[in-house]
Amino acid sequence: MSLRAYAVAYLIFLYAPIFLLPLFAFNDSTIIAFPLSGFTTGWFTELTETPALHAAVKNSLFIAILTAIFSTLLGICAARAGAKYEFPAKRGILGLIMVPLVLPEIIVGVSLLVVVVNLLDWSLSSWTVIAAHVLICTPFSIAILNGAFQNMDASLEEAALDLGETPWSTFRLVTLPLVMPGIISSLLISFTISLDEFIIAFFLTGAEPTMPVYIWGLLRFPQKLPAVMALGTILVVASIIILTIAELMRRRGLKRAGLKDTGGFL
Amino acid sequence: MVSPPFIYALLLLAAPMGAILLFSFWTQDFLTLDTTLTLNNYREFVEEPLYGVLLQRSLIIAAMVTLVTVVLAFPIAYFVSFHVAPERKSLWLFLITIPFWTSYLVRVFLWKVILGFNGVLNSGLLGLGLIDEPLTFILYNANAVVITLAHAFAPFAILPIFVALERIDRSLLEAGQDLGESRLMTFWRVTLPLATPGIVAAVLIVFIPTIGDYVTPRLVGGPNGLMIANMIQTQFLKLNNAPMGAALAVIAMVSVSVIALVFVWLNRKWLRVKQ
Repeated sequence: MSLRAYAVAYLIFLYAPIFLLPLFAFNDSTIIAFPLSGFTTGWFTELTETPALHAAVKNSLFIAILTAIFSTLLGICAARAGAKYEFPAKRGILGLIMVPLVLPEIIVGVSLLVVVVNLLDWSLSSWTVIAAHVLICTPFSIAILNGAFQNMDASLEEAALDLGETPWSTFRLVTLPLVMPGIISSLLISFTISLDEFIIAFFLTGAEPTMPVYIWGLLRFPQKLPAVMALGTILVVASIIILTIAELMRRRGLKRAGLKDTGGFL
Repeated sequence: MVSPPFIYALLLLAAPMGAILLFSFWTQDFLTLDTTLTLNNYREFVEEPLYGVLLQRSLIIAAMVTLVTVVLAFPIAYFVSFHVAPERKSLWLFLITIPFWTSYLVRVFLWKVILGFNGVLNSGLLGLGLIDEPLTFILYNANAVVITLAHAFAPFAILPIFVALERIDRSLLEAGQDLGESRLMTFWRVTLPLATPGIVAAVLIVFIPTIGDYVTPRLVGGPNGLMIANMIQTQFLKLNNAPMGAALAVIAMVSVSVIALVFVWLNRKWLRVKQ
């Protein structure tokens, strides 16, 4: 039926850039256009011979791993508090924490830039990027973890407490295993967001560029573009693998909580 | 329990927003920062026509992006919610969200490759004989920005609408048809009004962040597709005029917030009248 045809056409629209990426990454020409000229893996070899890129990738991995850990920890606090406790101004407080989800990223970038450079007179480094990335990743962590915490049956924890466990051991032995798939999913999603984030990183990165900032620099040089396509191909494959794991974790979490699957991440 | 994320948000979100507001009332002459409060930056905004042009263009582009994204997204959300078997829904949502998570810069760049003079779209259409010469209105202008951003924000529009559609009690639709409404009228008078909260959320979540994108205008927008965020970036990083950049950021934020609030208010009013 026509709606299904539209859905397929829409998926083609969504995937068009991603399908083109490997075509140009393996194309033996410096010009990114059709017709394709021949097969080569040379652009991937070029990537392995670029030390500046390796430094940027390492820097980005460092930032993304720490961002994932911090934003998931903050996400656990907020999701747990939101699901379990009542406190004054609950909606307002949780609302403020979720604001970065709709805030234009440039506003986050420039406002932190002003504070760090102009007011505090600190220098920019990977840590300023991490600070900002944690801010924008926390809402995503909360959205994922909310599912895990709100679906948890409170009587399981009560039972553990009644049977003589301390609050900490209850959390470790009962709560944590139940929400673990959500935590892993949140770690992976924050990692992916941070690794790919450019708009904020461009303002806050110090002397060592992150990978997207490095890619941005390359986009100005036409002869570097095929290597960018090769790098993009690797990134797409890596993120699809990470996201698939995250999605499988999310489903396993729902299954543990005994719920029906209702939708995606957000 | 909630205090660590709350304090984090206060320190790194609320305080910097306050700082940028304060900053917009200061001035900077090369490296010396003058901390006397003044409205000079806002005066400059009014007196220099370029800023107004950029802001107006950004708001129009953001509105166009929102319209295109939401109109294209609605049928998809409807399809997944009403025509896909329950056990396959999350697979569809997963397929829809994947492109959104992958390499933003490279994706935007590839739209340049698709839409260009010798690009994929033009060579394809020429090859099929549908056009005689390459289309030029699709790259280096506002249209290219709209197409690229509609692609980038697609899942942000689809997911809220999908959630709203999922909440609709299917028996209401049967009731509508039992009472003699056609399928189209049932959609118009039952489904659409009930989906409105999702549509409103989709509009806000696309419209507000769009104003802050400077990558897409820079890569595919050409000189007439640049937006206010490009000017904010230039003020901060090239002209070294952070206070003017701060003022522009405040103006942009206030403009989108006012428009968003008016939109929500109109929506409430319109819905109340209908009931």
